[in-house]
Amino acid sequence: MDMLASLLPAGIAVHAPALIVVIPLIMAAVAAFMPKGLWAWGVTLVTAIAVAVLSLNILGQVSTGGVISYAMGGWLPPVGIELRVDMLNVPLLLLVGIVGLLCVIYALPSVADEIAKKQQALFYSAFLVCFAGLLGVTITGDAFNVFVFLEISSISTYTIIAMGAGKDRRALTASYNYLVLGTIGATFFVIGVGFLYMATGTLNIADMAAVLEQNGHDRVTQAAFAFIVVGLGLKAAMFPLHVWLPNAYAFAPNFVTAFLASTATKVAFYALIRFVFSVFHPEVSFVALSFTWLFAVVGVIAMIVASVQAVFQTDARRLLAYSSVAQVGYMMLGLGMGTAAGLSASMLHLMNHALMKGALFMALGAFALNFGVRRVKDLAGLGQTMPASSAAFTVASLSLVGVPLTVGFTSKWYLVTAALERGWWWAVAALMLSSLLALAYVARLLSAIWMETPPAGKAGLAPARRLAPWMVLAPMSLLAFANIYFFFHAAPLVGLARAAANAVMGGN
Amino acid sequence: MLEIILERFNYIPIIILMMTGLYVVIATGNLVKRLVGLSLFQTSVFLLYITMGKVFGGQPPIIAGDAHGGDAGHGADAAAGYAAGHGAEAAAGHAAETAHHVAEIAYSNPLPHVLILTAIVVGVATLAVGLALVVRIREAYGTIEDDALNAADYSLETGSAE
Repeated sequence: MDMLASLLPAGIAVHAPALIVVIPLIMAAVAAFMPKGLWAWGVTLVTAIAVAVLSLNILGQVSTGGVISYAMGGWLPPVGIELRVDMLNVPLLLLVGIVGLLCVIYALPSVADEIAKKQQALFYSAFLVCFAGLLGVTITGDAFNVFVFLEISSISTYTIIAMGAGKDRRALTASYNYLVLGTIGATFFVIGVGFLYMATGTLNIADMAAVLEQNGHDRVTQAAFAFIVVGLGLKAAMFPLHVWLPNAYAFAPNFVTAFLASTATKVAFYALIRFVFSVFHPEVSFVALSFTWLFAVVGVIAMIVASVQAVFQTDARRLLAYSSVAQVGYMMLGLGMGTAAGLSASMLHLMNHALMKGALFMALGAFALNFGVRRVKDLAGLGQTMPASSAAFTVASLSLVGVPLTVGFTSKWYLVTAALERGWWWAVAALMLSSLLALAYVARLLSAIWMETPPAGKAGLAPARRLAPWMVLAPMSLLAFANIYFFFHAAPLVGLARAAANAVMGGN
Repeated sequence: MLEIILERFNYIPIIILMMTGLYVVIATGNLVKRLVGLSLFQTSVFLLYITMGKVFGGQPPIIAGDAHGGDAGHGADAAAGYAAGHGAEAAAGHAAETAHHVAEIAYSNPLPHVLILTAIVVGVATLAVGLALVVRIREAYGTIEDDALNAADYSLETGSAE
């Protein structure tokens, strides 16, 4: 950790929390003016490397020196805007930084295939804005600032999803529906923040928590809680509010799906944890009630209903999108336990799910790149024609089911342990049922890939083997490898998740 | 009862606007009208913020007198905003004296207005992106009615003609 902390010269390290947001924002403007898509990609790659290094450095700083509080522009909190990094958001920064970098490496061949040449520079620019927004939501310590960054990331997300229209025009309607729902969600969130401001007279999250603890809760803060949970729940695809997600993931460009699936809903989920646990205390009666009767219940329903929906999908990416909704259900269940064990299981699953879904969507992207396949039945025989990508896909999908030797097993193990600690047998039963359903939909994909023969090409010849470009293969294999590696070396991720839970629950 | 309602009269138009906006978003099948409803919904939140900044009997939050106060003026501004929010909590440092002087006159809270300036920008950006999407949808589908769009997508998925 000391090594990470001294990764950068002190002069830069001091400003790392600001730089990690500012660099992608400025580079977005630079990328927009690049004459060629390749140059814009170069700018994006440099930015992503810088962000990944900064996030590692911040991890080092927080682990050695404790909570970082950065006063933006020299205005001290709570008057000024504070950037605040503790053990809860450091895993998220790391996740967005590292997975973002891998996705950017993956982007070049994928984007060249899917986006018109003239639009590529602007596409990368919009992606960088989204990147900056997600990092901003994660790092800021100011409630209104969360809204602003949430909208920065969302608005750019709508545009990059709509870029999928070159391949399928349904990307446009998917993006429009996401825009309408996303804006309603963000507005609900800002209403909630407004009520909190009325009740506390401050926008700084830490200050809000202190004032609320002193003044206690009344009807205004209860209303604020409801608005914030609905707003952030919509962004995080909490069960009945997830309807925007399947189509958005199914029709966006492959690179966008891989990036969003592993970061965007995770960041919204982090914001939800931040508000529910830090601003409202889990011991307040209405918050405690919401754990059992809201988060745990919608989590369990999502785990089962969304998995059932996934089983019947014909589009491969929409299938995985429904599975994402189910996985958010697991995280909600962990949150709903309201214990440190539950929350850390939830955080662990959040990180592991990013590893799985990143690899899965990248592999589907590789299939689409070589053969243009999108539907489940078109995957037939890919095990023979694209063995490396298929292997990565298989590892990640087994991890999704929770097969031992993969990280999916680790996080489900911790979830089950936390549920048993709480005495929630029904949650364990739901977890098992949902895992069986996951096996059902993953089996559909895997049997198509490995068991069926590839459709004959022209003149009845079997299609030749085709390898994905190394820039696609490398990040995908790395993520798939991480799915196995972190099963055997679970300590770093479990440690991060524990530290995150303790940071908000005030444990040891 | 009447008194309670009248004291909170600013919430009445806000609630009406909010519900109208949400209703339009849900009820209409026209994509442009839906964006209009969305804007209405967002505008009601702007009003919510702006009215919450009003302090009864408060002056507009502009410090009279020494207009060339420079940095001290800035500090006092921030301190006043903070003091207004936190009640009687005193601000620290060199701004404290100025803030104390300022606190004798009641000012309306300027912070919500500033926040809403940002929110308006966000709203405009959302509307712009939404309308651009509608233009693209019109080009791709030839319609902006939700039912027709669903029918077109459905026939695409099942491979049957409309």
